[in-house]
Amino acid sequence: MGKRVLITGLGTFWGGRVAQALEKDPSVEVIIGLDTTEPKIELDRTEFVRADQNYSILARIVRATQVDTILHTFLVVDSTRMTGRALHEVNVIGTMNLLAAAGAPDSSVRQLVVKSSTLVYGASDKDPTWFREESQRTSPPRTRVERSLIEVEDYLRDFAEDNPHVVVSLLRFSNVLGTDIITPISKALQLPATPCILGFDPLLQFVEEDDVVRSIEFVMRDKVPGIFNVTGDGRVPWSEVAAICGKRTWPLPPIGTGLAASVLDTARVCELPPELLDLLRYGRGVDNRRLKQAGFSYRYTSAGAVENFAEASRLRRTVGDSRPSYKYERDVEAFFRHSPAVVRETHA
Amino acid sequence: MAVGKPTVEASRPGTLVHLPRPADPEELPDPRLSDVDEWGRSENIRQLARRLYAPFYNNWFRVEWEGLENIPAEGGALLVANHAAAIPSDAPVIMHGIEEELGRPVYGLADYLFKTMPIVGTMWARAGGVPAHPENAYRLLREQQQLVLVFPEGSKGPAKTFAERYQLRRFGRGGFVEIAMRAGVPVIPIAVVGAEESMPIMFKIPSAAKALGIPYFPVTANMLLLGPLLGTIGYFPAKFKLRVLPPVHFDVEPDQDRYSRSRVMDEAEDIRVALQETLYEMLKARKSIWFG
Repeated sequence: MGKRVLITGLGTFWGGRVAQALEKDPSVEVIIGLDTTEPKIELDRTEFVRADQNYSILARIVRATQVDTILHTFLVVDSTRMTGRALHEVNVIGTMNLLAAAGAPDSSVRQLVVKSSTLVYGASDKDPTWFREESQRTSPPRTRVERSLIEVEDYLRDFAEDNPHVVVSLLRFSNVLGTDIITPISKALQLPATPCILGFDPLLQFVEEDDVVRSIEFVMRDKVPGIFNVTGDGRVPWSEVAAICGKRTWPLPPIGTGLAASVLDTARVCELPPELLDLLRYGRGVDNRRLKQAGFSYRYTSAGAVENFAEASRLRRTVGDSRPSYKYERDVEAFFRHSPAVVRETHA
Repeated sequence: MAVGKPTVEASRPGTLVHLPRPADPEELPDPRLSDVDEWGRSENIRQLARRLYAPFYNNWFRVEWEGLENIPAEGGALLVANHAAAIPSDAPVIMHGIEEELGRPVYGLADYLFKTMPIVGTMWARAGGVPAHPENAYRLLREQQQLVLVFPEGSKGPAKTFAERYQLRRFGRGGFVEIAMRAGVPVIPIAVVGAEESMPIMFKIPSAAKALGIPYFPVTANMLLLGPLLGTIGYFPAKFKLRVLPPVHFDVEPDQDRYSRSRVMDEAEDIRVALQETLYEMLKARKSIWFG
């Protein structure tokens, strides 16, 4: 019998891409995708279930489908996406319900992979140049997204302790860049000129989309428990990131940066959330060696991820979005998956 | 790019025990545009800084070294020196001298305060400055076998007034010894004569320091003579003499979680005393502040 996998956040970049990757893996028998919104990419055999954002029906789904693996990719790290309250609801309450379902006495779940972010380390003047997985952050969390992720990680730690029979992997991703994903950083790099903070040129790390998907697959397949930083090798100064993307930088004042950012936000020029402003001031470095020692190999360095992103955005500027647009239709998807008229390959 | 293409691992889905695979032999493309390293140091900017600084080094401070052969041409070592002058003039002299003479980079550990300053902080990082965090020092010394410069007195060194010149302050809590022990590298003390007179502090204004959030607010002889603007950047042409003492090796296992506190304090104190005595010796031999 193959793996039975449940993916949260199927409608997001993360969940969708991971589901796509798992569909090609014959050892994965069942893929169930959960989200509040419909998937935005075409999927062959993933079953989509609509849930409310804090997964109150999750316990029922787990019981009914007997999944053995949960990939929890639906943690919001981009605070410009939703209000602080909604973010708390999705990240903290959602994860709580998910862990309750996974840890129920008769639960079939044996593996849990959670996507977190290096935002949990913060960015401050007192930081070491490199954070290891067990390093403590040096400043108290200031923003809602950081607080919610830290709470999620605390719950997860308790869960791992209470459920030694479940392989728990926690992946902390640095800034993700790629052809598809939209983040405040990718948006800032697509402006005619890239915002920076006057007099600061911090060193940043990036991880490419493909490496994100591959690392999730890797810990799932190899069942590696533990906490892992996931980021490409090397650190790139922000000015150089802009230069690789062919952009000039325009400076925000070093004093009253938050105020300037809120003016830009109001004027709808760009959104620079407080955690990004910290990053653009102090930068952040995380040590990625633990995952490499576990056997994972990256396909992109930090600079490589930036260049790949720059190439993709140049292509998009010239030819537009080349991918065919996809619209989820429930009855069509149900037909392909369940109608006896469709000849399906058996995955066994 | 075939995303998630089943790789070798897929053929053994039941494997529970992880088998380490050899790292990818091929180098990943790394399309960098600048030579800023992972610490923020740029050799190009250092080169430019050395070219600009050379006249000051050669003709203004007329720096003379003694015992440079005590600094190894390869392998990690922690350089410790006495710290002086309102805006310390010793760090650039030591870094410039060693980089010119030995042709290897020196990373200077300094207070986080630098990192919060616009422009200054960035320039400082590009010129080889690293925030003084134990993990940074360990990584530089142990894993990368670099030369690291640290002033154990911290900001208490340059905060001394002219009346207290060449009186070494407490060497922190001996953290530098513990780092050297953990990294398995020697400590190399460097005695610096001249920095104290290049920008001596007449008196300090504690209330101004408090208001600005900096460790001390000095009023220097340079400011009194040259005015408040030129006085903050214009050093007096004191003659610099540096003596490198033999490396101090600690006969302990590296990578321990903890080292005996008393041993660490004793070693730190021994190094402090050795530096202090060397300074007295060099001052005894010094005939003129300006001509050495």
